[in-house]
Amino acid sequence: MRWIWIDKFVEFESGKRAVSVKNVTLAEEHLHDHFPGFPVMPESLCIEAMAQTAGILVGQARNFEEKVILAKIKKAVFFDFVKPGDTLRLEATIESITAEAASTCGKITCGGSTPSTSSGQAGSPQDEKLIAEIDLMFSHIDKNIAGKEFPEENFVFTDTFKMLIRGIGMENKTK
Amino acid sequence: MAKSRDEIFKEVQAVLVDALGVDEEEVKPESTLMGDLGAESIDFLDIVFRLEKAFGFKIAREELFPIETMMSNPEFVKDGKMTAKGIAEIKAKMPHTDLSAFEKNPDMNKLGDLFTVSSIVNYIETKIK
Repeated sequence: MRWIWIDKFVEFESGKRAVSVKNVTLAEEHLHDHFPGFPVMPESLCIEAMAQTAGILVGQARNFEEKVILAKIKKAVFFDFVKPGDTLRLEATIESITAEAASTCGKITCGGSTPSTSSGQAGSPQDEKLIAEIDLMFSHIDKNIAGKEFPEENFVFTDTFKMLIRGIGMENKTK
Repeated sequence: MAKSRDEIFKEVQAVLVDALGVDEEEVKPESTLMGDLGAESIDFLDIVFRLEKAFGFKIAREELFPIETMMSNPEFVKDGKMTAKGIAEIKAKMPHTDLSAFEKNPDMNKLGDLFTVSSIVNYIETKIK
């Protein structure tokens, strides 16, 4: 993982589901141009945040031994804008996982309370609004692309991402 | 309770509409998954996952779509054509598929034409009987 687009995990059930949080800030430069005077988080980057949340969930399910690559966006439906100052809650669930691939479904919500940030200005669950529903497919590439050789080392789950999974008790399982 | 062939087709059709983003009318029994419906390799896995969910039993991908694992084997594929041994292997592994046209011209580029909507329906039918 060469760049990190989510801030932390708040829930993690190995092989089942994970919830991460991303804080959106006007300090992110792309928001200055997207769009001038009306900053909204690009939907492609909402998908990236979900891909990282779900991708790490899928990777952890096999102890980060597989190279997990986003292979298909099965569904991405958006219901609302994401604006600077929003705290996104990204929930991903594994639907199926096999030797070759995994499929996940997920939703992004905003506002409402996040269990681990009881301080802060999180609202009540009623305030929570649905931002997007995003279903993805991941491929374990070594098991999937016939005849192609990939580098031995796991270039998907590199050192940079270890800090992200620190604190959810998963870092000892990474290679 | 056993489902009729028509009911199976309807469910397979719904799976393909969702998985491949095609219109219902495009999914006919004779449609080829790759040629007519634009499926790529990852879509085959997606289809397998969705079929499992729709019909409620485990499907081994190499059973429904065994070709992928055979493509890299030189015994089965030579100079862009499938060898006699390869054809025999497909016959054994894919009894739910009509191979008559492919046998006459076993060009690997035509391989995609083997996966039709009916071949999936045939497979499901044999599994739930």
